[in-house]
Amino acid sequence: MIGGLFIYNHKGEVLISRVYRDDIGRNAVDAFRVNVIHARQQVRSPVTNIARTSFFHVKRSNIWLAAVTKQNVNAAMVFEFLYKMCDVMAAYFGKVSEENIKNNFVLIYELLDEILDFGYPQNSETGALKTFITQQGIKGQFQTKEEQSQITSQVTGQIGWRREGIKYRRNELFLDVLESVNLLMSPQGQVLSAHVSGRVVMKSYLSGMPECKFGMNDKIVIDKAGKGGVTDEVGKSDLGGGGSTSGKQSIAIDDCTFNQCVRLSKFDSERSISFIPPDGEYELMRYRTTKDIILPFRVIPLVREVGRTKLEVKVVIKSNFKPSLLAQKIEVRIPTPLNTSGVQVICMKGKAKYKASENAIVWKIKRMAGMKESQISAEIELLPTNDKKKWARPPISMNFEVPFAPSGLKVRYLKVFESKLNYSDHDVVKWVRYIGRSGIYETRC
Amino acid sequence: MVCSVSICAGEIFELKAELNSDKKEKKKEAVKKVIASMTVGKDVSALFPDVVNCMQTDNLELKKLVYLYLMNYAKSQPDMAIMAVNTFVKDCEDANPLIRALAVRTMGCIRVDKITEYLCEPLRKCLKDEDPYVRKTAAVCVAKLHDINAQLVEDQGFLDTLKDLISDSNPMVVANAVAALSEIAESHPNSNLLDLNPQSINKLLTALNECTEWGQIFILDCLANYTPRDDRESQSICERVTPRLSHANSAVVLSAVKVLMKFMEMLPKDLDYYGTLLKKLAPPLVTLLSAEPELQYVALRNINLIVQKRPEILKHEMKVFFVKYNDPIYVKLEKLDIMIRLASQANIAQVLAELKEYATEVDVDFVRKAVRAIGRCAIKVEQSAERCVSTLLDLIQTKVNYVVQEAIVVIKDIFRKYPNKYESVIATLCENLDSLDEPEARAAMIWIVGEYAERIDNADELLESFLEGFHDESTQVQLQLLTAIVKLFLKKPTETQELVQQVLSLATQDSDNPDLRDRGYIYWRLLSTDPVAAKEVVLAEKPLISEETDLIEPTLLEELICHIGTLASVYHKPPSAFVEGSRGVMHKRLPLGGDIGGSPAMGAGFGAAPAVMPASLNAPVGGGLGDLFDLGGGVGMPMGAYIPPKTVWLPAMKAKGLEISGTFARRAGVIQMELILTNKAMSVMTDFAIQFNRNSFGLAPAGPLQVLTPLGPNQTIEVSLPLSTVGPVMKMDPLNNLQVAVKNNIDVFYFSCQYPISMLFVEDGKMERQVFLATWKDIPNDNESQFQIKDCHLNSDAASSKLQGSNIFTIAKRTVEGQDMLYMSIKLSNGIWVLAELRVQAGNPNYTVSTGTGEGRRTTLLKEREI
Repeated sequence: MIGGLFIYNHKGEVLISRVYRDDIGRNAVDAFRVNVIHARQQVRSPVTNIARTSFFHVKRSNIWLAAVTKQNVNAAMVFEFLYKMCDVMAAYFGKVSEENIKNNFVLIYELLDEILDFGYPQNSETGALKTFITQQGIKGQFQTKEEQSQITSQVTGQIGWRREGIKYRRNELFLDVLESVNLLMSPQGQVLSAHVSGRVVMKSYLSGMPECKFGMNDKIVIDKAGKGGVTDEVGKSDLGGGGSTSGKQSIAIDDCTFNQCVRLSKFDSERSISFIPPDGEYELMRYRTTKDIILPFRVIPLVREVGRTKLEVKVVIKSNFKPSLLAQKIEVRIPTPLNTSGVQVICMKGKAKYKASENAIVWKIKRMAGMKESQISAEIELLPTNDKKKWARPPISMNFEVPFAPSGLKVRYLKVFESKLNYSDHDVVKWVRYIGRSGIYETRC
Repeated sequence: MVCSVSICAGEIFELKAELNSDKKEKKKEAVKKVIASMTVGKDVSALFPDVVNCMQTDNLELKKLVYLYLMNYAKSQPDMAIMAVNTFVKDCEDANPLIRALAVRTMGCIRVDKITEYLCEPLRKCLKDEDPYVRKTAAVCVAKLHDINAQLVEDQGFLDTLKDLISDSNPMVVANAVAALSEIAESHPNSNLLDLNPQSINKLLTALNECTEWGQIFILDCLANYTPRDDRESQSICERVTPRLSHANSAVVLSAVKVLMKFMEMLPKDLDYYGTLLKKLAPPLVTLLSAEPELQYVALRNINLIVQKRPEILKHEMKVFFVKYNDPIYVKLEKLDIMIRLASQANIAQVLAELKEYATEVDVDFVRKAVRAIGRCAIKVEQSAERCVSTLLDLIQTKVNYVVQEAIVVIKDIFRKYPNKYESVIATLCENLDSLDEPEARAAMIWIVGEYAERIDNADELLESFLEGFHDESTQVQLQLLTAIVKLFLKKPTETQELVQQVLSLATQDSDNPDLRDRGYIYWRLLSTDPVAAKEVVLAEKPLISEETDLIEPTLLEELICHIGTLASVYHKPPSAFVEGSRGVMHKRLPLGGDIGGSPAMGAGFGAAPAVMPASLNAPVGGGLGDLFDLGGGVGMPMGAYIPPKTVWLPAMKAKGLEISGTFARRAGVIQMELILTNKAMSVMTDFAIQFNRNSFGLAPAGPLQVLTPLGPNQTIEVSLPLSTVGPVMKMDPLNNLQVAVKNNIDVFYFSCQYPISMLFVEDGKMERQVFLATWKDIPNDNESQFQIKDCHLNSDAASSKLQGSNIFTIAKRTVEGQDMLYMSIKLSNGIWVLAELRVQAGNPNYTVSTGTGEGRRTTLLKEREI
């Protein structure tokens, strides 16, 4: 198990050091600093073995978090824990920065004592932790006996992520379907790989212990329902109309993973997604699709070398969705060789600039409707070099945001049942929103 | 350096005053300052009594801070730490469960013996506390205590209480109890602490659905240690574990994959469920690649193993392993590795296009690996070889130095796989001769020139140019150059006589490197005695290189599959390679396949049943394989060579009161004759000496018999006599008969004894796989013999490791129709090789052995006693 946990600043100074096991000595703190933080070469692996001690590290801006062990621990668990640790810290005091860590070091020690016992991760849900560990010190002494036992039963309980007795005057929930669409395209326009990784984020402001059921246009469910003759619930749904351009009824989901509140065995047997949600914002599920993806933009590059000191670049982008929809925050990044001396750009729409520090031409367009096309052309002057090494020609990348789900996913329903309190599914105000963003959206040139 | 910063006396004094202040707030701030100093490595142990004084408080925050300090410094101040005990004991009785848990948790972290004694009672109470929060904390505390004082935990019966907690109503308590027990069990490999049986497994599976993500990991990792009784149980566990594959936590997913990969071994391949399961495994593995880069790295290292074990799972998922421009380098390198493993005729075009793309990137390591990958594709997928070669040629045209060098190294391998097929590219390669500065590339190029010398007009010039700086080259290049010039000479003897003279004299006279010198001499003598033979030797047809040279060795792979998700699977090393002490060193194995129907006892692979053989005292031929098995002890225990029990060689009545008994042993490569001399006469014996008659293996004493003091009446002395095998040889009957003469002040006595052949097996008897294969085929039928060993209850792996202790090396293993076939080699001290095949049928205690050696006259004699 985890033998110790250290947090360093970018200089390698220790901000937090908590040792859980006897086999980890003080010299481990220095070993990591010397061999990893101060290492001359770039770190080649997130797991380092120094003198039979293994170090796992993650970096958040300038902060290094390192977990140390001498045993054969579950490596995936250690990294998951380190991420979780970052999340918990962020939930308590915002950005994980040197200043915030220094100002909250007592709190961090307290958290580390609670969520890692003898190197075993314990309940690390912020919802539960916040009931008894706060920045203003510990509530402890003011609690009544009932409160105390409520805390412990929540921390250890089956529904560790939600406390009882939550009340809202207005029961409301927000669903965000956030997708990032990834593409790698050859210069000839052939899709080398494309996938959508999506997340369903829910903000719930619901009273009591509501039982929820979430439905989407999952192909397996729809096909099953179709065969069984069960009435389609799309019609009844008050959440329809996502705004996808495709007329597809259902989508094939390659794989999905769920927040720990979802009953996995029920999903496995019936493919229904049922759960008692945590209070406030959380990620309900993640999914991945690779079939029939709507690629919102197509990039057509044309690079021509004119002699040894000049490049001509022409890039056309085409939007490929309903004309009534608007894409936003469009940015096209065209890499330029390292020996670029000057660039002239002409673009039809938006603004384009050569950024020498980033070795790229950045072309920005605020808004663009569907089924349109735009073009940029640039002349790149090169300094003559005798460097034998060819320019690597990194791919042209794109950023954008569109108001639909490129996977074609649609929320069919989200039903809320709370048997003990007197509100029903109809009383809950529900909102749904679709945002498609570019992930790694690249076209080779 | 931040640590070892000294703290000035003034600061300590100030803190001391603040700690003893009456104001709570001031006290708290002071303790915070102390903790801050402690964090950066300042020594604040001088404040121990002052800080501990603050412990008696009802302010929980202050209390926690003091506890933190205590955990750090209690060990350095054990006597003062006792001061804290009372508060701990009191806190363990507090009305607030959070405080009870805090006290027991902290107490377990204070590793001071005296405190540990006081911990037992509170811990016992906390393990049965009404509040689950306290119980789950106490469960972990048992593991802490076990780490400090294992005996105490056993004596106090905490292990049983911990076992009871597995049936607790609260899932988190169950999870922590499982975690604690698993860790304790690791240091007691045979204790069967977890006592996994279908009932307890069922409990675990139920808790699995209810506990936190971390708890699920503990439970899944524990489940992976269980071996189901049959394929039906295996399937039902798999069914209940598969839902975990959709968990958001990657560690839960990987641990579930581990359980499934392991239990799948037991399912019959024709079962529908088996196919379904295979299909279910692919999507979650692919999803892991969209996690954060560090987790991707862990996932990729594991996928690398999974792909080697079961390539069918991900064979259609090649695209997801394509490298992204922004991937961290460690992710890129791992993806590349998996791409090559998945490369097949169906997807080779795509793979090659990608690899070519990667070869233009910036990171040197990555580019090199990409180029190398192209070569590996050529070797793996024959149909693509031509395309690969032309891609490599394109890359050579880029003239990027390291790309060219890497390309030449892999082209050499391609020539080894497809000889005489692509020699048209040699001209292009030769153009780049000057730019090669890395030894590996230079050596590869020289090899190519030597191999195809007859087709390169100026081969002699090319090689001569290397010869100028011969002494500055690395050994690899020198050896290659020597061989290449000899090849050239044999192909074009007339023009290159001078050149070969030159290289031979450089290698033999001017070099300090023994390898180079020896090789030079061999060539020289070969060339001068028999040029025809030299041609046959040097220009012999080379065996083709195999497809995959970098596969993980199967037994290691099996073990690593059992460690999916852990560090072992990241390092691709067994835990024993990086974990100190006894922990986690136990080797894990996959269960036997369901088709075989092995008995559970054998499937478990642990705790080999000691097979008691009839004592071989009266049997004239000692030291058979059966005896080698006879030693007790489980798999993985250190084992030496088999030593037969001592027998009386010379009874006292035949030797005027001198009784000699003894045996033979092989210790650290030296054959020892171990003798017990007993004086049963009335007078003192002195002046002992020993001599052997000529014998079959040339055994002779390597020194005098060391009996320094006179041997008085009724005294016994144990002597061990090292033997050499360079004495005069004479064939004896039986072969292992040894005639000995012992002299003392009374007389000379003669006796004969028989030594086990096994002590003549030398340590370097592990034959190369290839050589083994070739030799095995060449053994004439007459030289082969077969017989059975009865009643041996070891499985093949145990047998193999046991035999290894006696220098019988397993070269290969395969499983055919439920039979494990072990192929082994033995080398005798006189250089004779013996090859053997051992067939072990699961559940059948009888082994079948076939042996053979290249040299007929010995075989018949060897077979009966040696195996």
